[in-house]
Amino acid sequence: MSVHAETPHVGRALRRKEDPRLITGRARYIDDIVLPGTLWAAIVRSPEAHARIVSIDGSAALARDGIHAVYTGEDMADLGGPLPMAWAPPGVEVNNPEHWPLARGTVNHVGDAVAVVLGEDRYAVVDAAEDVLVEYDPLPAVVDPEAALAGAPFVHESLGTNKVHEWSLPGGDLEAGFAEAEVTLERRIVNHRIAGAPIEPRGVLADYRAGALTLYTSTQVPHFVRLFVAILLGLSEERVRVIAPEVGGGFGAKLQVYGEEILAGWASRRTGRPVKWIETRTENMAVTHQGRDQISQVKIGAKRDGTVTAYHVRILADFGAYNMLLTPLIPSLGAFVMGGCYKIPAVRTDIVGVFTNKCPTDAIRGAGRPEATHMIELMMDQLAAELDIDRLELRRRNFIAPEDFPAAVATGVVYDSGNYAGTLDKLLEHVDLDAFRREQEELRTRGVHRGIGFSTYTEICGLAPSRITGPAGVGVGAGLWESALVRVHNTGAVTVYTGTSPHGQGLETAFAQIVADKLGVDPSVVEVVHGDTATGPEGRGTYGSRSLATGGEAIAKATDKVVAKAKQIVAHELEAAPEDIEVAGGKFSVRGSPDKGMTLTDVAGVAYIGAVPEGMEPGLEETTFHDPENFVFPFGAHACVVDVEADTGKVKVVRYVAVDDCGNPVNPLLIDGQVHGGIAFGIGQALYERIHYDEDGQLVTGTFVDYALPTAAELPSFETDRTVTPSPSNSMGVKGVGEAGTIAASAAVTNAVIDALRPLGVGFINMPLSPMRVWHAIEEAKS
Amino acid sequence: MSATIPVRLTVNGVEHELELEPRRLLVHALRDDLGLTGTHVGCDTSNCGACTVHLDGKSVKSCTILAVQAEGAEVRTVEGLGTEEQLHPVQEAFWNDHGLQCGYCTPGMMMAAVGLLAENPDPTETEVRHALEGNLCRCTGYHNIVRAVLDAAKTKSPTIGASS
Amino acid sequence: MIPAEFDYVRPESLADAIQALEQGGEDAKLLAGGHSLIPLMKLRLAAPTLLVDIGRLPGLGAIQRDNGSWRIGALARHAEVAGTAELGIVARAAGTIADPQVRNRGTIGGSLAHGDPASDLPAVLLALEGEVTVQGSSGPRTVSAAELFRDYMETAIGAGEVLTEVRLPALDGWGFGYHKFNRRSEDWAMVAVSAVVKATDGVCEDVRIGLTNMGSVPLRAPAAEAALRGRPLNADSIAAAAAQAADGTDPPADLNASADYKRHLVRVLCARALQEACRTASGIASSPGGELA
Repeated sequence: MSVHAETPHVGRALRRKEDPRLITGRARYIDDIVLPGTLWAAIVRSPEAHARIVSIDGSAALARDGIHAVYTGEDMADLGGPLPMAWAPPGVEVNNPEHWPLARGTVNHVGDAVAVVLGEDRYAVVDAAEDVLVEYDPLPAVVDPEAALAGAPFVHESLGTNKVHEWSLPGGDLEAGFAEAEVTLERRIVNHRIAGAPIEPRGVLADYRAGALTLYTSTQVPHFVRLFVAILLGLSEERVRVIAPEVGGGFGAKLQVYGEEILAGWASRRTGRPVKWIETRTENMAVTHQGRDQISQVKIGAKRDGTVTAYHVRILADFGAYNMLLTPLIPSLGAFVMGGCYKIPAVRTDIVGVFTNKCPTDAIRGAGRPEATHMIELMMDQLAAELDIDRLELRRRNFIAPEDFPAAVATGVVYDSGNYAGTLDKLLEHVDLDAFRREQEELRTRGVHRGIGFSTYTEICGLAPSRITGPAGVGVGAGLWESALVRVHNTGAVTVYTGTSPHGQGLETAFAQIVADKLGVDPSVVEVVHGDTATGPEGRGTYGSRSLATGGEAIAKATDKVVAKAKQIVAHELEAAPEDIEVAGGKFSVRGSPDKGMTLTDVAGVAYIGAVPEGMEPGLEETTFHDPENFVFPFGAHACVVDVEADTGKVKVVRYVAVDDCGNPVNPLLIDGQVHGGIAFGIGQALYERIHYDEDGQLVTGTFVDYALPTAAELPSFETDRTVTPSPSNSMGVKGVGEAGTIAASAAVTNAVIDALRPLGVGFINMPLSPMRVWHAIEEAKS
Repeated sequence: MSATIPVRLTVNGVEHELELEPRRLLVHALRDDLGLTGTHVGCDTSNCGACTVHLDGKSVKSCTILAVQAEGAEVRTVEGLGTEEQLHPVQEAFWNDHGLQCGYCTPGMMMAAVGLLAENPDPTETEVRHALEGNLCRCTGYHNIVRAVLDAAKTKSPTIGASS
Repeated sequence: MIPAEFDYVRPESLADAIQALEQGGEDAKLLAGGHSLIPLMKLRLAAPTLLVDIGRLPGLGAIQRDNGSWRIGALARHAEVAGTAELGIVARAAGTIADPQVRNRGTIGGSLAHGDPASDLPAVLLALEGEVTVQGSSGPRTVSAAELFRDYMETAIGAGEVLTEVRLPALDGWGFGYHKFNRRSEDWAMVAVSAVVKATDGVCEDVRIGLTNMGSVPLRAPAAEAALRGRPLNADSIAAAAAQAADGTDPPADLNASADYKRHLVRVLCARALQEACRTASGIASSPGGELA
């Protein structure tokens, strides 16, 4: 294949560059990496939700064949500090108890790590871990967040409270807004605890030798891991190399600096051997950070004509036993878009974080925004019913109008671009509402309760810019920008190094498309390298739907710099002015003389082998750090159709239509894929998935038997479409799409179930919409 | 470690003789002893199907089979499905239809799909969805996976349900 | 997760298997398909010291019709049972077990010997009034379905015995219905109801109803059966019978279903199963009062 391309690649549904290795079983995930002399690690974990550790006896384990060491928290006294919380909201006090890779003194949730067993064999360490005798002195467990807030017992006795922090985001005159309201509605909306549940559990392989540590870990954020591993192990940062190999999904659960990453590095240094730990699913369900778990009092005020005048959300967020990397940030992320896609003059969010004896929560796909959308979209339906206004009409009356963008909203952020009525109109081209209502009526006569629900959402993503996310803004202890290094090789082949760390999103393909067009080459000769802190510049990782809008833009800018240099070379060679050189038809040529030109190969030849113009450095590569001025705000309109079996409460999604707008599309195949997966994630939460602890703090849903991820048999095929409203936040006009489906879906499903149940007298219900809960709601409405 | 016993396996057409603990799971024999790391482990409870391989032509979960139980059997893994140069129609369809994202469930998903097509070369969408109910995917929402299996069936390839 | 250590033998004959089991003592376990046992061993909820692998013993996997009954070898896989449509409700229930991969490995004998009241086949066996052959060192004996399931995961199969065969009446002309309720199709039954109905001229000549996951063992629904037996089969009689399906049950509550909810579900499912059984029973078509739902 020629390396020089004729047609633009951006916007085309190219199949992925990543796939050949993945479909042939040749990809290399963490557990596939083998180093000679490796010690296996198995972790002894607390069966207690809350207890003092009285004693730990590893002698029986050590006596077993092939067991090298048993370490406890005491052995790790040389650690530079506890596990990091990288975000402290400015101006408020945050209780942040110490959190160690191996517990010191007390365990605070089921699964808290107590000891590690190292040995020669994967199976033998599991046996030996069973032989480590730990004596616990149980303490009362705190499970319910509302009870936790009320008082003792305390998760962390020394704090004398279970409250983590209070944080508010006021916007507009709330009092005036409610005073102006003719109708006020209040609901208690529960967003239950869920797991990210990537199909690949976590894993770490640490190799410390000659004063340097190489850490392979299944992570979304290799650079953050390097920073904190270096700090906690007392190593100079350049002596730590973190490699994210092929990563089998993250969904936020791998946006973390985990104790096992520190522990493996520490143990490798201590033993002088590589140390490998592979998480089991049972561990994953108990100790990999979880998400959501918010109870909110939501109040909306409106005039009789449907104009929303005020919106107030008070969130009680259950953080579990500790603050992890971003824990207190998560509900706040939702606060910025709490008012959704509506023009609401006063919006206020008050957040209280609380400790409980449960697994910590942190970012899980959507992170704060699914909760925000769920609340406002449920409330819009509730308000419509109260005012007897059509649900969609009510939304239209409150939509921020296309001409109002960029739109400064009450929460203080500026929505970059939007056309909310546009996505809704397009949705209704797919969904014939009149036909649906006829069908619904007809089905009801046969005892089938069909409902349709809508969710018109916007969200905030493309995490950056540092001026808002950084210490001077909302206080993330690390600015959020992204980097890129674009290197043209001697032959005109291209390697792109990105600071993002994709794990299934298809960015090797999307990024190659962007670079290929700018350089006039085929994407097949553009290799995208990621997930290794030893290659390329500093980076910040993949999460918050940031990789394209922030990381891709960095790549675009670095490529532009390469193009600018290439144009100077070409201009010099062709004796033309640089500003007259254009890239067309796979060539750099003089405008108006397309036959006269140089391919990128020719240009690279000059840059590396021939003579560059006087005063120019040889070589052809450029680095950029991109820190955008604003976030991006994708939006869309989703519709879900469900059938509810009234005699059992079982809900089945029979149709799901999504119209999303993520700005200019780079690869529609990837966009649809992200939307599909996002929708399934949201349906999963609404109908099937739930992390549940019993009143003693025991995890009831500790395996995939009880934590019910939907299978293909539970879901329909999805119908997707798009509108295109470019973002002004970046040169490509793109927005993120990795979380949009999830952010939209749970509200669409819940509203659909309520629509189905209204004739049965059920006007509101909280997730999870399990058969028993739905059946109970129907029965209660009867009585 | 309990005494090992000899286990003969034919994997992707290659005969192997291993000395294994009786408790060694087939998936670990494939991955750790034979280096065939395309087969993955995603759960402890036989739910996720990432470890799906073919045992004497039937799709099975290799995390729930002791290697000794497979004594003398023919095992096919994703590495035996097709090569990068000559992909199996199901692999080709997964690629064309974007039937994978992170790729972790993909080998097991494809082996389950090939198992289905061996028995039912012309399945309906509902049949495909039920045939894959033992395989979890967290990325795709299954939409493109189902489409890929249906598209693979449409090729009417003579090797569609076969493993090579 | 990884099983604890154990010894392993693969006997060449049934007699050798029985001998190995006896010698292995109470911590010896039979291994067939392994799809009930190995998951428990991986979670270390079971830790047998000896596994006696009968998975390859010849002659234990046949499915054959023998006059008025079916004989199913203990090693018949769920997929094979599900694929034998003539087995009626047994095939239907076997086809709902877990997922295709599990059905390709799990065996009917293993499932029944495991005695999990949430499994599909035990209650079907009970409803059909089938029986199993178990063989020990003193020879074979027959155990009826009613005697087989003693308590939660506890059966009448002795420590040194092997379940070798399942026998079921063919019930030609009977109608059947199997209705299972779960969150996901791969899940265990929250509740399931098996119903078989024999009808003559639209009247219920006989009916048997099995309940899955409604107690520590699979159950029958005697009150519902009695309510329907001898009655004309119609929507009213079925509803009246189904309303009694939960009588006398004390189902265990779990995260997804309270005892009350399970009792409610079993009544709903019983009506559905009976309706389907009546639709498929041969003595209905001629019935004047055959209007069902």
